Amino acid sequence: MSIDLKTIKHISKLSRISVDEKRAEKLAGDLNSIFDFIEKLNELKTDNVEPLTSVAETTLKLRPDEVKSKNIREQIVKNSPQDNEDYFVVPKVIE
Amino acid sequence: MSDITKQSLTELVENIKNKKLSSTDVTKAFIERSEKSKELNAYITEDFTSALDKAKKFDQKPNLDLKLPGIPMAVKDLFCTNNVKTTAGSKILDNFVPTYESTVTENIWKEGAILLGKLNCDEFAMGSSNETSFFGNVQNPVDRDLVPGGSSGGSASAVAGQLTPITIGTDTGGSIRQPASFTGTVGLKPTYGSCSRYGIVAFASSLDQAGPMAQNVKDCALLQEVISTYDPKDSTSIDFKRNQYSKELTNNIKGKKIGIPKEYRVDGMPKEIEDLWQKGIQYVKDCGAQTIDISLPHTSYALPTYYIVAPAEASSNLARYDGVKYGFRAKGENLIDMYEKTRSEGFGAEVQRRIMIGTYVLSSGYYDAYYLKAQKVRKLIKNDFDEAYKKVDAILTPSTPSSAFKIGEKTNDPVSMYLNDIFTVPVNLAGLPGISIPAGHDSKGYPLGLQIIGKAFDEQNILNIAFAMEEKINFKNKITDWWIK
Repeated sequence: MSIDLKTIKHISKLSRISVDEKRAEKLAGDLNSIFDFIEKLNELKTDNVEPLTSVAETTLKLRPDEVKSKNIREQIVKNSPQDNEDYFVVPKVIE
Repeated sequence: MSDITKQSLTELVENIKNKKLSSTDVTKAFIERSEKSKELNAYITEDFTSALDKAKKFDQKPNLDLKLPGIPMAVKDLFCTNNVKTTAGSKILDNFVPTYESTVTENIWKEGAILLGKLNCDEFAMGSSNETSFFGNVQNPVDRDLVPGGSSGGSASAVAGQLTPITIGTDTGGSIRQPASFTGTVGLKPTYGSCSRYGIVAFASSLDQAGPMAQNVKDCALLQEVISTYDPKDSTSIDFKRNQYSKELTNNIKGKKIGIPKEYRVDGMPKEIEDLWQKGIQYVKDCGAQTIDISLPHTSYALPTYYIVAPAEASSNLARYDGVKYGFRAKGENLIDMYEKTRSEGFGAEVQRRIMIGTYVLSSGYYDAYYLKAQKVRKLIKNDFDEAYKKVDAILTPSTPSSAFKIGEKTNDPVSMYLNDIFTVPVNLAGLPGISIPAGHDSKGYPLGLQIIGKAFDEQNILNIAFAMEEKINFKNKITDWWIK
């Protein structure tokens, strides 16, 4: 398989990571060598195998639906790059 | 006492309990040595002033019934610590100060330990050499310009260099065991679900586990006893009967059946590693255990599986770093532009690579071919272990296919870097516990480790085997303090 520049641009868009031309070429090379290595899995027939989604053989526990944290508004916005009162601020979305 | 930092955790605890040493004595000694060891670059954040205050406070009213009474300890910078900066080795979290504490560190402080600082690691724990950290390379105390392994490289370096008596790391594909092996220290990756993931910066949620890194097996058992608790805040935390690992530790492993998997004899493995493995086999036999040849037929598929599952989970976990709620934000012309620039400038090259692999294997049209396929192969890998454990109590393998390498040696070839984790990754995929213990040196004098893999929740058994082997091996780490002027 081969990942071309067009695919890299597409993945970059989905990942929300901007990539310039030079970096895209480097990434294409890296990803191709990684996927060559991953292709090994196709040697295995897995039609009748159940996928393993979690190794923790446990069912989710139920708990009462109660509010546990009290008034942590300040803590929540404390680390935000930009906030106003109790709101996160982002670049203008609606013109 | 000038040799405080040379003492093991167990000795320090004893000396504090017998009032031969105060917490202040011990804390001061480790701070002084850490100050002289800046060249190792093991710390990202030092919290020395506060540590000394806490030690003095402890000494005023010492509670000597605790398991870690007044013991200073630095931890990997992947654990959120309340009011102390937590970066995960990334520029994107360079200014992040958590307002809560991870359960694992909370457990440690509750038993009387004192935070010394936060230790360097690969960015978001993605790496095997600590070279992906935004805060620079870490030196291996064993030799100059040698990587300490990764991702818990700062942790391994700090324990081997005696900057902290013990520490905790995290292990997603080998990030505790491989650096332990590279630095001549002991590292335990517990069973998935043993230690809470609450408050640990997430990498791959179905694989991540916290665990102790120590100078010896007994210290490792003691810390495991402290950090392993059931935690309702982690939905994959498992409520099982936990042992008093250090109290129940025994070197009696007579009659134990130890499996030797033939598939771990990989092509191109140096003769030194094979010889070490053979020595290990002899050691367990000398301890009265029996070795049995076993097969784990899907071993060679573990790394390709890992490099689908881990990046897929990472791409999802790291979606939260968008420059809005916390962390670094780049300027952008609009919201999307801001997201894209923040993530492009905030994440390093390896993290971007893995996010992109993960995004690709989860994207429309490729999900079945890659992600679903990998989950199926993961099942086959787990089945291999289930089959093997019908015949044996534990499995013995080398920890890594080589000793530590030089800084810069493998940074240009991601696949050769990934091959470092060939013996450790299957253990994470199957959710099992594994411990690496130092077992010898190569021709360059660099440490080599052996790995003991256990059944799920059977930490006590692998700790016992490691304890018995440790006695026979009698490993001495060759640390010359070359970085101290």
